[in-house]
Amino acid sequence: MQRLFGRPEALADVPTHYCPGCTHGIIHRLIAEVIDELGVRERTVGISPVGCAVLAYDYFNCDFVEASHGRAPAVATGIKRASPGAVVFTYQGDGDLASIGAGEIVHAASRGERITVIFVNNAIYGMTGGQMAPTTLPGQKTTTCPRGRDTDVAGHPIRVCELLSSLSGVAYIARVSVTSPANVVKAKRALKRAFETQLADSGFSLVEFLSTCPTNWAMTPVEALKWVDDKMAMYYPLGEYTHVPEVG
Amino acid sequence: MGEKVLMKGNEAVAEAAIRAGCRCFFGYPITPQNEIPEYMSRRMPEVGGVFLQAESEVAGSNMVYGAACAGARVMTTSSSPGISLMQEAISYMAGAELPCVIVNIVRGGPGLGGIQGAQSDYFQATRGGGHGDYRLLVFGPSTVQELMDLTMEAFDLADMYRNPVMILGDAILGQMMEPVEFREPPKRDLPPKIWATTGAAGRPKNIISSLYLDPAKLEKHNLHLAEKYKRMAAEQVRYSTYKTEDADIVLVAYGTTARIARAALDKAIERGLSAGLFRPISLWPFPYEALKAATRRAAHVLVVEMSLGQMVEDVRLALGGGKSVHFYGRTGGMSPAPREILDEIVKIVDKGA
Repeated sequence: MQRLFGRPEALADVPTHYCPGCTHGIIHRLIAEVIDELGVRERTVGISPVGCAVLAYDYFNCDFVEASHGRAPAVATGIKRASPGAVVFTYQGDGDLASIGAGEIVHAASRGERITVIFVNNAIYGMTGGQMAPTTLPGQKTTTCPRGRDTDVAGHPIRVCELLSSLSGVAYIARVSVTSPANVVKAKRALKRAFETQLADSGFSLVEFLSTCPTNWAMTPVEALKWVDDKMAMYYPLGEYTHVPEVG
Repeated sequence: MGEKVLMKGNEAVAEAAIRAGCRCFFGYPITPQNEIPEYMSRRMPEVGGVFLQAESEVAGSNMVYGAACAGARVMTTSSSPGISLMQEAISYMAGAELPCVIVNIVRGGPGLGGIQGAQSDYFQATRGGGHGDYRLLVFGPSTVQELMDLTMEAFDLADMYRNPVMILGDAILGQMMEPVEFREPPKRDLPPKIWATTGAAGRPKNIISSLYLDPAKLEKHNLHLAEKYKRMAAEQVRYSTYKTEDADIVLVAYGTTARIARAALDKAIERGLSAGLFRPISLWPFPYEALKAATRRAAHVLVVEMSLGQMVEDVRLALGGGKSVHFYGRTGGMSPAPREILDEIVKIVDKGA
């Protein structure tokens, strides 16, 4: 009998703790599929963040390291430099990557570290209960901006792909979402390119996923997907952002 | 081997690490230890190793965490304000049981402080420094030779216990030049790093983490660490004594200060006083029992530090209030002159306090 569909080998056969309607599960699966398709599971090392995905090491079937908050790109740098043959990816949320870890991500990208960063942006701090994130949209309500994000007070959301794509060490950057089957297919294509970029030794790669948080957005899963399409994708346009000027 | 070369303390640290098999170095410039990353940037490519200047001590120490996960022999070096920034990664490495070597070429604090030698990071080094119940092995060398020997051995000890090891130097030791020879540390059977995250090829996956959400499991983990610290405390106590037998007054000092104290007590002996020196080499574990034994017959104990009194607390713990413990310290990057210490000795002995 021919097997048409199944659990990727790189994905552990365990239930996750993610909330209903959260897209972490889809993103995990896509990563696992790409690792399988590239045949690199046995030399892959993942780095989980502090945030909702802190337990990602339980969900993947490859070596995994838990980093401190925001430092995953530095930890990944240490691993990759010590074992250049490893395939190293970080899995980071918006607070982890764009707030407390803003320094680490910028410098890992500018050094052109041969790592792949999975950046999951759901515009809110999920695990700690719905506080404002560096990517919270203007006007969006959270528990620490209950009247909506006032950009005069709390500043403006950070567009990570646009910011990092100005750095010469970057080889591949894309922003995707998984709100529809078509978007899932596109997202997987971008993810595969990112890992291939690392395998080709051509520089830093990152894929940003616009993701949902029905629990803290106080929406149904379907409403949350629509909010990603209607609101988030307006502020954070989908597409590839690798327009790195070659200077010097 | 056997050949003596003249080396600056900081360079000796770097070369000792290379000779001990350290092949990854991550660091950030800070005075007074810049010779170490500079030396590493020249030397690492020659031995096929990794030198990387990090964007901060926070990042650099987390790169150390990563390289340690990969099973590499890895070191970072810094000075006081930079070591404060590394406390996050140090706590995580202690929690995840990752071996690494951290060298602190201490300068005066608090805050930005100054750049001259000090011993005011003793509490930070010996009490943990970061959050949580953990310990580092901490050594306080007093000569460039000892700095070199302990740095080399530190890599073995880190691997043996799966724990960060800290060398606590100071600006004077880092900057001074002394003749040294490279000596191999005693051969140890070190366990293979089967826990390292090198890719799950032909084995179940390895996970490195310090997260235990279940308090019962976290307590169990902490008790496991405590067992290890107990073993470290039993096996790694180091100290030296100088004329402590029958001494009326015993000076207690470590690192650079121990050398100054020794010069002072030699002068005291010339004057007919009976004085000795107890020098802790392992600051954690502190040589409590040995100190107690070495001061049993002494009437006075004088602790000398380049701080306002940090190690003195361990001395008081060791002696249990049975003896009057005096303290003399200079701080902020000032070092005590032998004359000042001699005056202090004379004052204490004269008073018979």
